[in-house]
Amino acid sequence: MPTLRQLRLYWKPVVFLAASLPLLRLAAGTVGLAGVRLGANPVETIQDSTGLWALRLLLATLCMTPLRQISGKAWPLQFRRMLGLFAFSYAALHFANYLFLDRALDFAEITGDLTRRPYIIVGATALLSLAALAATSTAGWRRRLGQRWLTLHQLVYPAGLLVCWHFWWQVKKDVTEPLVYCLILLALLAWRAWWARRARRAAALPAAGAA
Amino acid sequence: MLTRRPDAIRPSEITPESVFHGRRHLLAAAGFAGAGLLLGRGGRAEDIPKDLRRLAGVRKSPLSSTEAANSFEDISHYNNFYEFGLDKSDPADYSAGFRPRPWTVTIDGEAAVKGRFTLEDILKPHPLEERIYRFRCVEAWSMVIPWVGFPLGDLIRRFRPTSQAKYVAFETVLRPAEMPGQRSPVLDWPYVEGLSMAEAMHPLTILAVGVYGVELPNQNGAPLRLVVPWKYGFKGIKSIVRISFTARQPRTTWSTSAPDEYGFLANVNPKVDHPRWSQATERRIGSPLFSPKQPTLPFNGYAAQVASLYTGVDLVRNF
Ligand code: HEM
Repeated sequence: MPTLRQLRLYWKPVVFLAASLPLLRLAAGTVGLAGVRLGANPVETIQDSTGLWALRLLLATLCMTPLRQISGKAWPLQFRRMLGLFAFSYAALHFANYLFLDRALDFAEITGDLTRRPYIIVGATALLSLAALAATSTAGWRRRLGQRWLTLHQLVYPAGLLVCWHFWWQVKKDVTEPLVYCLILLALLAWRAWWARRARRAAALPAAGAA
Repeated sequence: MLTRRPDAIRPSEITPESVFHGRRHLLAAAGFAGAGLLLGRGGRAEDIPKDLRRLAGVRKSPLSSTEAANSFEDISHYNNFYEFGLDKSDPADYSAGFRPRPWTVTIDGEAAVKGRFTLEDILKPHPLEERIYRFRCVEAWSMVIPWVGFPLGDLIRRFRPTSQAKYVAFETVLRPAEMPGQRSPVLDWPYVEGLSMAEAMHPLTILAVGVYGVELPNQNGAPLRLVVPWKYGFKGIKSIVRISFTARQPRTTWSTSAPDEYGFLANVNPKVDHPRWSQATERRIGSPLFSPKQPTLPFNGYAAQVASLYTGVDLVRNF
C-alpha cells in the first residue's frame, strides 16, 4: 500500500507519463522525430488513436471505484480525476483533429455533419457530457455541488455508452472491437448496480432487525 | 498511335520530386527526419522491393493522368484487401505467404471460347501499358496509382461472348490457408464483382498485372486484378481466378453484404453520400498534413469518357 507521499512523488507522475505516451507518439510522428511514422493517412491515424485512447482512459477511470471497493484500499481514487481528465483531453484532441485537420474548418461541412450524421451527433453529445464533468472535476466544484456532484458525475456512464455507440456506428464491417469496449463498460455498470443494491440492503438490514 | 518504349517507365518520370526534395533537405538538416508528413509525399522508387519482377516493354498511355503518383510505399501499405485482414496495413503484413504462381483463370458462361487457362496464356497476346489512374476508395480517400495492365475489352474479345452475354462476373481466389482474412466470416467468400458488358469493354477498364513498372505485390491483388477508375475501389476485384459472361446482373459481395450502403454500379459520385459519411470530398493520401480534403469529381474525373454509358440511368437510385 503506497503512502500518500509515494503516490504524489512517484506513482502519479508515472501514470501521468504513461497516459501521455499515445500523445507523445502522435506528436513525434507529426514532426518526424525518432523515426515514428503515422502511416499513409496520418489524419486518420490521429483521429482513431485519440478516439481509442479517450475511450480506454474513460474505462480506466471507471475501474477506479470498483477497484477501491474490491481491494478496500483508498489509493485507486487518487487516480480517478487524473485519468478522467486525460480521457477528456484525448476526446478534445480527437474533436480538434476532426475540426482542423480532417474537415479543415469547412464550417458548411462541419455543421452538416453535426446535424445530419448520427454517429457524429452521438460523439458530440458524449464530448459535451465529458466537458461538463471535466469542468466540475475540481475540489471547489465538488464542495459547491455537494450531493448533486455525485448525481452529475453519474453522467459518465451514459457518456461511455454514447462513445461505444459512436464507435459502433462508424465501423464498416466488423464490430468486434467496439463490442469488446461496450461489454467492458456494461460489466462496470453492472458492478456498480450490484454494489449499490448490496449497500441498500445492508443499510436496510439493521432496521429490519430492530423492528 | 502509341509509341513503343524500350523499357519500363521510371517513377521519376511521373513525379515532380524536386520541389519537396528541396524542403525535405532543409527540414532534415534541422533534425526532422520525417518532415514529409507536414509537407506531403510523392512517388518514390526507392521503396520498391527487389524481389518484384520488372515488367518489360511497358508503353505509356494517353489515358494516363498527369497528377503526381503516390509513393510505392503508400500504394502497397495502405489498402483494403479483406482477404488478408480488415486493417489497411493487414494486406502488406499478412500476404507474404500468398503464392500468385502458378495461376489459372477459368473463363465460362455465355462465350464461344471457354476453359481453364494458365496466367501465361491469358496474358501472352496483350502488350502492357502504364495507366496512371486516380483511385477513389468508398471510404473517402484517394491516391494516384501507376498501374501496368491492358484493356479488359481486348481480353474479352478473344473469348467471343455470345449475344446473350450482358454482364461480366469476376471471382477472387478462395485460399483460406494463405489468406487469413478468409478464415473469418466478415464477408461471404469468395469475393465476387461484376460489370455490365459496356463497362467491361470501355477502354478505361483494365486488368492490371503490375504497378510502378513491376509485377503487383501480393497485397495489391497479384497476379491479376481489375481496375475501373471511375468506380469506387471495391469494384476493383483482386487475385482473379474466374471471369464469367452472364445474361443477368451478377451478385456482388459488398452490395449483398450491405445493400443500403453499396450498389452494383458504385460509380464515384460526390452527390450521393454514403449513409454514414459524405462523398463530396476526399483525402488525397500523401498530401501535407494541414491541407484540406479535395472535392470529389463525378465519375472520379472521368465523366467526359464514361458519363454516356449511363444516359437515362438514375444515378441516385442506382448508387
Ligand atoms: C464532436 C465530437 C466527435 C466527433 C466530431 C468525432 C469524430 C470522429 C470521426 C470522424 C471518427 C473516425 C471515423 C472513421 O474513421 O470513419 C471517429 C472515431 C472514433 N471516435 Fe470520435 N468523434 C467525436 C467524439 C468522440 C468522443 C467524445 C470519443 C471518446 C471519448 C470518441 C471516440 C472515438 C473512437 C473510439 C473512434 C473509433 C476509432 C477507431 O476507428 O479506431 N469520439 N470519431
